[in-house]
Amino acid sequence: MTHDLDVLARHCAKGRVSRRTFLARAAALGVAAPVAARVLGHAEAQAATPIKGGDLVLGNAGGSTTDSLDPASWASQVPLNFSRTWAETLVFTDPNDGSAQPMLAESWEASADAKTWAFKIRKGVTFHNGREMTVEDVVASLQRHSNEDAKSGALGIMKTIGSDFSADGDNLVVKLETANADLPFLLSDYHLAIQPGGGFEAPDAGIGTGAYIIEVNEPGVRHTAVKNPNHWNPDVGHYDSVTVLVINDDTARIAALTSGKAHTINRVAPKTVDLLRRAPGVAINNVSGRGHYVFINHIDTEPFTNNDLRLALKFAVDREELVDKILNGLGSVGNDFPINGAYALFPEEIEQRPFDPDQAAFHYKKSGHDGSPIVLRTSNAAFPGAEDAAVLYQASCQKAGIPLEIKREPADGYWSNVWNTQPFCVSYWGGRPTQDQMYSVAYQSTADWNDTRFKRDDFDKLLIEARGELDQTRRKELYTEMALTLRDEGGLILPMFNDFVDAATDRLKGQVLDPAGGMSNGYIGLRTWLDDA
Amino acid sequence: MATSIRPPRTGLDPVLALILQRIGIGFGLILAISALLFLGIEALPGDFARNFLGQSATPQAVANIRAELGLDEPAILRYFEWLGGVLTGDFGTSWANGSSVNEQLGKRLANTLFLAAVAAVVAVPLSIGLGMLAVFFRDRLPDRLINIVSLIAISMPEFFVGYLLIFFFALQLGIGDGPPIIPSPGASLWENVQLVFLPAMTLVVVVLAHMMRMTRASILNIMQSAYVETAELKGLSPLRIIWKHAAPNAIAPIINVVALNLAYLVVGVVVVEVIFAYPGMGQYFVDAVTVRDMPVVQACGIVFAGVYIVLNMLADVGAILANPRLRHPK
Repeated sequence: MTHDLDVLARHCAKGRVSRRTFLARAAALGVAAPVAARVLGHAEAQAATPIKGGDLVLGNAGGSTTDSLDPASWASQVPLNFSRTWAETLVFTDPNDGSAQPMLAESWEASADAKTWAFKIRKGVTFHNGREMTVEDVVASLQRHSNEDAKSGALGIMKTIGSDFSADGDNLVVKLETANADLPFLLSDYHLAIQPGGGFEAPDAGIGTGAYIIEVNEPGVRHTAVKNPNHWNPDVGHYDSVTVLVINDDTARIAALTSGKAHTINRVAPKTVDLLRRAPGVAINNVSGRGHYVFINHIDTEPFTNNDLRLALKFAVDREELVDKILNGLGSVGNDFPINGAYALFPEEIEQRPFDPDQAAFHYKKSGHDGSPIVLRTSNAAFPGAEDAAVLYQASCQKAGIPLEIKREPADGYWSNVWNTQPFCVSYWGGRPTQDQMYSVAYQSTADWNDTRFKRDDFDKLLIEARGELDQTRRKELYTEMALTLRDEGGLILPMFNDFVDAATDRLKGQVLDPAGGMSNGYIGLRTWLDDA
Repeated sequence: MATSIRPPRTGLDPVLALILQRIGIGFGLILAISALLFLGIEALPGDFARNFLGQSATPQAVANIRAELGLDEPAILRYFEWLGGVLTGDFGTSWANGSSVNEQLGKRLANTLFLAAVAAVVAVPLSIGLGMLAVFFRDRLPDRLINIVSLIAISMPEFFVGYLLIFFFALQLGIGDGPPIIPSPGASLWENVQLVFLPAMTLVVVVLAHMMRMTRASILNIMQSAYVETAELKGLSPLRIIWKHAAPNAIAPIINVVALNLAYLVVGVVVVEVIFAYPGMGQYFVDAVTVRDMPVVQACGIVFAGVYIVLNMLADVGAILANPRLRHPK
C-alpha cells in the first residue's frame, strides 16, 4: 500500500497525475488525507533539484547559556537541532513511514531470537578532525551513554539495551538480555551520536562525522556549522553554512522570521498561527507527531487508587474543546493511551473515548469519593497553555459534578518538584520512535519515569513479549491489548496529541515534514535548500 | 540616601575618607551577598543535577552528576571552596557546560554595559533637559504634554514597548534591527550602536519618566525658596534662574535617581534582553538560575551587586561634591 502511494506520489510530483486524483486515490487506498499530503510533499521535494549554497538561519526556541556540545547533556530543541548538522547516529527514522533507515550503520541483522544484533558500520567515514571512524569509536560512544558512570539523557533507553557492545570486524555486535525487535529504532536516539573515541576524553569537543563542521558555538546565543567537504553522503547538506539563533521569546521569533533575520522558526504558538499565516511569503509547516499533553495521576495514591474515579476523570475531559482552544486545532484528540497513528502498528480499531458527563457522573458516584476537592497541579512549564487547559478541564468536570481544584505551580523547578512527585499534575511527553519505547519509558513497572505509578505484571509480560516478537500481526495484537489495559485502567488521561508547528519563508524548498519532531526532526539543514541561494 | 551619611572625622580629606570607607563597606556587602545567594540557591527546590536533567533525569544519572560535582558534600564546605577560588580572581567553570565563567562573564558584561551606555547617553541628558523644560513651562501646555507622555511611557511594561518598537520600526518602517540582536566584536562602534538602536530606545522609554519627573520635582521645590524669588526680583531670565540657581541646588536628588536608573539599565534589563534575544548578563543569569548552575549564578550576582554599590557610591560622592555643606562637616 505504502509503495503504491509512493509511486503515485512520484507521478503526481512530475505532473502526470493531478493533485486531486492523487488525494482521491490515496483515500481509496485507505490513507488519511494529512498523511497523503505529506507523502506527496516529500515526492515533490525529491522531484525538484536542490540548489547548492546559501546560508540557512534557524530561529529556535529551546536554547540556553547552559547548553553543551556533549551529546549526553542534550535535552532541548537547540542542541538537538544543531546536533543534526554535525553529529550523526547509526540509524535515523524515515519521515514517510517511520521505518529505521541506515546512516552510519549501512545495514543490520538480528538473530532469530532478536537477542543478538550485528550492525555493519559504514566505511570511509571521517571525523571532522580528519581521523577515520572505526567500529571501536562506535562501541565506545554507545558505552559512554550506558556504563555505570553515565550522566546521559539516554540512560532511560539504554536501560532496555544494556551495555554489551563489541566490535567484530566491520560490525558492531549488540547482545541484549531480553529480545528487542526495535533495536535499530533505539539507536536513532539523538544522544547516541558517534564521537571519536566515544567522547570519553573530550565529550564536548563537538567533533562528529556530520555534513557540517562546527564553526561558532556560543551557547544561548548562536551556533554555526559550515559545509563539510569530506562528508560521505553528497545527497544531504546543500548549504554553505547552517546557523541556529537562539530566540526563546515567541514574539521575537516571529519578528525574526518576518524581518528576514531567520529563514525558519520552530514552536509557533498556536494562538498566533492564524495571524502569521496572513504574513506575506510565510508558510506554516505543521506535522502531527507523537508528542502529547497529559493529565497524570498516581494510581497508588488516594483517591486515585479507585478505577471508577479514574474513569470518571477520563470521561470528564472535553477533548475536542481542548484541541480546539489550546492547540487552535493544530493537533488531534487522544484516547488515554500514549500511541497515535504516527506509530507503526497503531491499534486503530480501539474506540475513541468521548466526552460524556453522564458516564463521568456515574463512575464518580460509583467510586464513593467523599466529595473533597481533587487537586490538579499545573504550570505552563508543562506545555504552552497548560494553565488554561486545566481551567477548561475544571469546567468540564463541573458538568459531571466532579470537584476539581486547580493549583498553579511555579514553572521553575516543575520537573523536579511536581512532575513524578505530586499525585495529579499536568505534563507532556515528546513521544518515542516506537510503541515499545513509549511503554518502556513510562508504563513498565520498573521504569524510572513511570509517572502514573502503573505497575502491572500482566502488562509488563505483554510488553516484553511484544518487544521480542518479530511477527507483526501478533505484535499488533499484543499492542492492542496493552493499549486497552492502559486506556481503561491506567492513571493516564491523554486528551490531545500536539502538532509540531514551524514556520518558514517560502524561499525554503525541499521541506520534509517529519512526525518525529519539528524542524524536520532537526534535519532541516540537511534536507532543504533556498531557491535563490 | 547620600545626604544623611556623614563622612568620618579623620585626618584624610573627607571626600577621600568617605570613598575609602564606602569601598570597605562595599566589599563586606558583596561578601554577605555571595553568602545570601548561596543560601538562596540551596533553598530553591531541586538541585543542579535534577534541574539540569529535567524531565529526562534518571536516579542513576542524577547520582553520577552529584558525585562528580561533589554536591553531596556539606553546603558550608562547598561555599568556602568556591570563595577560595573567587579570592584568586577565578569564578570557576560552569557546571552545565564546563565553559569558563570569567570568559563568558567578560563577553556578557561587555554587551550589557554597551547597551546600558547607549541608553544612558540618550536618556540622562534628555530626561534632565525635559525636566527643566517642564519647569520652565510649568502648568502650561508643554509641561502637561511632557508629563502625560512620560506617564504613558512609564505605565507601559517594557516588553510591550519593545514589541511596539519592533513592530513599527523594524517591521513596518525598516528602521533599526529586530531580534535577534547580537553585537559583533569585529564591527565598528557606530555599526554596533545602530544595531542596538531599538533595545536602547526601549530602555530610554522605560527610564525616562522617572528621571524627568524627579528633575522637575526637585527644581520646582527649589523654585519656591527665597533666593530664587530674589533672583526673579533681580530681573534674571527664568531659564537663567533654573540653570544657574535652582539646578545646582537640586542636583543631589537628581544624581541619586540617575544613579538608580543607571543601575537599572545594567541589572534590570532581562526582559529587554529576552525580547530582543540580546546576549547580555540578564539572560546568562536567568539561564543559570533555572538549572541552579551555582558558579554562574554567584558570579552574576556579585557583578550585579558590585554595579549597584559602585553607582550608589558615585551618587553619594557626586552629591557631596555638589553640596559644599556636606564637603565641610562640622
